[in-house]
Formats: sequence, structure tokens, C-alpha cells
Amino acid sequence: MNDTHGFTLTRRGALVGGAAAASAGALPAEAQTLTKESPTPTVPVAFTVNGKRRELDLDPRVTLLDALREHLHLIGSKKGCDHGQCGACTVMVDGKRINSCLTLAVMHDGDAITTIEGLGTPDKLHPMQAAFVRHDGYQCGYCTPGQIMASVAMLQEIKDGVPSYVSADLTAKPRVDGQEVRERMSGNICRCAAYSNIVAAIGDVAGEDLA
Amino acid sequence: MKAFTYERATSPAAAAAAAAKPGAKFIAGGTNLLDLMKLQVETPTHLVDVNRLGLDTIEASGDGGLRIGALVRNTALAADPRVRRDYGVLSRALLSGASGQLRNKATTAGNLLQRTRCPYFYDTNQPCNKRKPGSGCAAIGGYSRALAVIGTSADCIATHPSDMAVAMRALDATVETVDASGKSRAIPIADFHRLPGNTPWIETALQPGEMITSVTLPRPVGGTHIYRKVRDRASYAFATISVAAVLRPDQGTPRFAFGGLAHKPWRVEAAETQRDAKGIAAAALAGATPTAQNAYKIPLVERTLASVLAEGAAA
Ligand SMILES: Cc1cc2nc3c(=O)[nH]c(=O)nc-3n(C[C@H](O)[C@H](O)[C@H](O)COP(=O)(O)OP(=O)(O)OC[C@H]3O[C@@H](n4cnc5c(N)ncnc54)[C@H](O)[C@@H]3O)c2cc1C
Ligand code: SF4
Repeated sequence: MNDTHGFTLTRRGALVGGAAAASAGALPAEAQTLTKESPTPTVPVAFTVNGKRRELDLDPRVTLLDALREHLHLIGSKKGCDHGQCGACTVMVDGKRINSCLTLAVMHDGDAITTIEGLGTPDKLHPMQAAFVRHDGYQCGYCTPGQIMASVAMLQEIKDGVPSYVSADLTAKPRVDGQEVRERMSGNICRCAAYSNIVAAIGDVAGEDLA
Repeated sequence: MKAFTYERATSPAAAAAAAAKPGAKFIAGGTNLLDLMKLQVETPTHLVDVNRLGLDTIEASGDGGLRIGALVRNTALAADPRVRRDYGVLSRALLSGASGQLRNKATTAGNLLQRTRCPYFYDTNQPCNKRKPGSGCAAIGGYSRALAVIGTSADCIATHPSDMAVAMRALDATVETVDASGKSRAIPIADFHRLPGNTPWIETALQPGEMITSVTLPRPVGGTHIYRKVRDRASYAFATISVAAVLRPDQGTPRFAFGGLAHKPWRVEAAETQRDAKGIAAAALAGATPTAQNAYKIPLVERTLASVLAEGAAA
């Protein structure tokens, strides 16, 4: 792939370029609003991402997920359904897991955001990342960043005493067991159905045999 | 998403004044509104962010109940020790809804005001009186398996999808609001959601710009609290039907409110004096007009009630 505008085209760039060339003049409505009209005043927003302060000036339509991926180039968080149904975009805001696709970046002024890039690095994996590797908690890997972010935050929710729909006694301290973990992880869909290995990885970190 | 301008509100009354302008809307957790904006089902031109108004606490109310701030997240409400102890049906209903991630964002007010999951409401290529007044209703004669069986109209057969609201109906909650002029009022939950009639796009008693500030729960009623949700998969799915029950309360008859049946949480107080599941279901569903596809909900209500009563008797 040759260098056209001073930067090397990525595979995705080539795909987008190819599709645009194939349908020349037929930009989707969304793309037209975002490029030509841009009628919206941008809004400044500042938050920390993985401990680093970031300042952005954004069209208010930009979701937190798009701010992370397209503006800050943290592409670990994935866009699956973009409608809160799959969990691939899960990040933590002030320690709590949320779907970053269903929130606007400008709503997070002052917040502390953690993405999969902030959890561990290839040389220094977070225990949950290591457990996913050890237990083969994935096949294609697309849902994995979301699964791992959700798992870490989910175990914290249990520690904090948050009950679940399957907790037998609402007033008791919730336990880490297979049923609890399955219920609490239902917001993360795995198209490859690596579920049993994901549950095993979570059990490993929690010190429980959840098989 | 259509373009919009954005502001962070500074007080509830200022938020109400800003949202009273045509095209403006409040945004709280954003989990329903942004979903619909991406599909251009909702097309606000201005968003008023109400997240930083300090309305996120749960406090004792004067009369022995609880006042829940409009911005309290669903997880925080479900996990509150007082709610778990005294209003278990509400905790369970919240925990049966959506996913861990969504409950961390979803708010008390946003949950009450979430819009229907009727598939034609979501599909802008289809006629839908709720989305586009006067365009018709594709669900009548269409795919109606998940839709309402009672309180329907010739213009709309949508359901209200909230689990939380069903439990609040069983608990006789009250919705507190403030309007653009700063005036506040309290709306009993029974009068908050409306039936579709010939204006299915008007879903609640709220006036334009009127902002929910809190929801109050009366003093605890005691009894055994059960929320039973019947759905197509065991987790992370909307109810086909649900039952919020308070059995053997300290005073009066048991209480039963139903989800998945109507355009609002369904409760018929007169049915609560009946002795068994058959009697309660028959009285609660009198006048039902199911479609061929959702007629299964009628016997399902009776069977779910029977199961709830058995669980309650064993508790
Ligand atoms: C995949 C998925 C699955 C789900 N499953 C379930 C389920 O099983 N059960 C269930 O009950 N729900 C379910 N939900 C819906 C979820 O509960 C709602 O999206 C959520 O409760 C909405 O709250 P919010 O704060 O995010 O609202 P928002 O999206 O911010 O707002 C919703 C509406 O309320 C208005 N609003 C917000 N705050 C105020 C206020 N203070 N005063 C006046 N108006 C206000 C907004 O203008 C908007 O019209 C699901 C959602 C998704 C995406
Ligand atoms: S049932 Fe109501 S929401 Fe569904 S298509 Fe008909 S009018 Fe629209």
C-alpha cells in the first residue's frame, strides 16, 4: 500500500476508500452531515483516560466509544452493535463498567475512564487478561476487551455487595458462584460462544472453581 | 444521529426551562435516548444534561418512606440496603432488567420514561402512530407476539417495557417533578403512565419541559416481595410478562402489578381480593383484547401467578 497523503493507509482505510470509490457521490446521509454541514458548535471536554489527562473539542454527537477509538486512537474498546446490546464497548468510568457506545463523550467531563489499554500491557498483563489467555477465553477475540473489562468490574461489584437477580437472599453478601457469574456477565455476548472458558477464567481470578 | 446542541444544566428549574423549548430533551443515562437517536426515531435538536444536579441520593422521606433522586442509577437503587430490606420487589425488578453495564448508567427517571420496544416503533420505514402521529400502526395485523393484550386502542398496541415501573406500581410510588416556572408537583404512579387511546405519542402525565426530580416510596408495607419475569432467555431480555407481588403485607390485601401486558404497568386493585391465581388473573385481565400471536399471555399470567403464590407460601 503506498503512502498517499503523508500517512500509510491501514487495511481499514483501504476498505473505506474502496467502498467510497465504488459508490462515488452516494455518501450515506450520516457522513454528509458530519463533513459538509457540521452545523453543531463543538463542546470542550476534559477527562482522564488510563490516568492521562485528555482534552478534546467534540461535536456533541461523538459517543465516548468514538472519542476513545477515533479521536484518542485507543482501539482496544470495540464497536459491536453500537446499541448497548453486546458489551464489546465496555469500559470503566470511575471504576464502574458501562457501555461506552450509549453515552456521549461530552457527558464525561472530569471523569476517570479506564479502557483495556489501561488495565495491563502485553508485558505486564492484568491477572484477568492472563487468566483469559490461560483458559482460552475467546476464539476470534473481538468481544474479549469488553469481556475482560466487564469481568474485572463485575468481581468488584460482588465485593461491594451489589446483589443480582439470582441472589437467593437479597440482604446477604453475594457470593461468587457459577450462576452469579453467568447472570452478571449476560451483558457481554460472545459470537464464538467461548462462554465456559470465560467463566473458568473469571473463577481462576476469583479463586473459585466455577466449572 | 441528527445534529443537536448540548448544555449542562445548572439547576432543576433551569433544566426544565431549557427543555420546555421545542425540540429540546433531557438526557440522563442516555441508554434509551441515544439508542433511539442513532436510529433517528428520536431527533432532538437540543440536549439538556441533568447528570450534575446532585439528584443522585436516596434519603428517608418525612413519612417513613424513601425519596429516590431522579438521577440515582439503577444499580445503586437495587443495592441500597433499605431497598433490599424493605422494598425487595423493587430491588429484584431492577436487577432483572438490562445488564450490569446498563444498570450502572440507567437512572430512575430515565427508566420510568424509557420508550416501547415495539419493533415497528424502531423501524422508521414502517407506519407507527407513536413515532409518527397519523401514519398508522404496523403492529396491528403484524408481528405482535411481544405486544399488549389489555388497555390497547385501535391506534396502538405497544407495551411499556420497564421492570422497575411495575414494582413501583405495586408499591404505590409517587413521581415528583418541577416545571419551567419552578413549580413542583407530585403524581401518583397509577396516573403517571397513560393508555395509548388515540394519542399514543403522549405516554405520561408530564408537560413539555417538566422534569422528574425524585420518586418517593411510602413507608414499608412488610410482607413477602417477589418479582417474577418470564422471558425468551434467562437473562438480558425484556419481559414477555412479569409479576410484581407483595404477599401478606402488614395491612390489607396482597398486591399484584404486571409488566408486558399494557402501555403502562398494569394493576387492578379489585383483583387483589380474589383467593387464587385463577381468580386474580381473570379479574386483572377482564376485557383483554389479545391478538392471535399474543393470546398466550393470558394463560401465562395465571400460571405465573400460581407459581408466585406457591413461592410465597413456601417463603
Ligand atoms: C440492550 C438493552 C436491554 C434492556 N433491557 C431492559 C430490561 O430488561 N428491562 C428494563 O426495564 N429496561 C431495559 N432496558 C432499558 C433501560 O432500562 C433504559 O434504557 C434506562 O432505564 C433508561 O434510563 P436512562 O437514564 O439511560 O434514560 P435516558 O436515555 O437518558 O432518557 C430516557 C428518556 O427520559 C427522559 N428523561 C431522563 N431523565 C429525565 C428527568 N429527570 N425528567 C424528565 N425526563 C427525563 C429523556 O429525555 C428521555 O426521553 C434495556 C436497554 C437496552 C439498551
Ligand atoms: S403498536 Fe404503537 S408503537 Fe407499535 S407500531 Fe403500532 S403505534 Fe407504533
